Amino acid sequence: MADDRRTHRSHVSYIDKSRGYYGAQGYPQAYQWAYHHEVPFAALEKPLADCRIGLVTTSFFERKVDKSAVAGAGAKEPYAALCDDALGGLYNKDLFWDKDNTHTDDLDTYLPINRLREFAAEGRIGSLSDRFYGVPTDYSHRRTSRRDAPQILEFVQEDELDAVVLVPL
Amino acid sequence: MSLVARHLEEAGLPTVVIGSARDIVEECGVSRFVFNDFPLGNPTGKPGNVEMQAAVTGMALDLLERAWQPRTTMQTPFVWDSECNDDWRDHFMKVDDSNRSVLAAAGDQRRSAQATAKAEGKGRG
Repeated sequence: MADDRRTHRSHVSYIDKSRGYYGAQGYPQAYQWAYHHEVPFAALEKPLADCRIGLVTTSFFERKVDKSAVAGAGAKEPYAALCDDALGGLYNKDLFWDKDNTHTDDLDTYLPINRLREFAAEGRIGSLSDRFYGVPTDYSHRRTSRRDAPQILEFVQEDELDAVVLVPL
Repeated sequence: MSLVARHLEEAGLPTVVIGSARDIVEECGVSRFVFNDFPLGNPTGKPGNVEMQAAVTGMALDLLERAWQPRTTMQTPFVWDSECNDDWRDHFMKVDDSNRSVLAAAGDQRRSAQATAKAEGKGRG
């Protein structure tokens, strides 16, 4: 593409856009987005080829899935479920994404289970965890930090993961 | 989601976020971030494009291995629409004179529905 000059950043600012959009709907109080100056950092402690990797999504399970078989599925609670059970797709209709310009019919566009299994088969990573993990998008920072995040940590510790790939829709 | 990544990092687990909402993730502050400048919904690549999905996911693995400090962002080389890439950006959550009254009415309708539900004792579900 040709070089260009612009008065605004090129990528979408969802913080700016959502403030204007909900303001136009009569919600004058802007959402308070999470901001941190300090950022924690953990280094990988062994070669990636020896690592068990896990995936975290903001998607829900399909409603048709047997909820009794999946911890937390169906509610706005964190859950862990088998990757094999996600291969038919997850439930995204209630989530916030660009429904006019794309779709989520291809699982690996938002939860790359197949791609990571291919990397495992090639030896790039040790393995993909049998389970993946779901965390609901919650307007409450407190619920996300105090309820959801510790639950996801518990799941990934149960599965003895070495690193985690998180993909918000 | 970024808050979850931070929690895992604080517990000693390396993480990488793959996403398309650059400002939200970077304001929250995460250790490693692969930014794919696509419409929300397909952060790990276009539907049906296995090669692209593998490339984006591979970049996340690269970051896990090679980032040495927090706030490391890597942007993918991919473009959603090489002909008119601003169209989807401009269209999403657009507010202008063409839809201002529609949005105001939608907000009124939503508040009214919520008030009715509250009066009937229904929670948010």
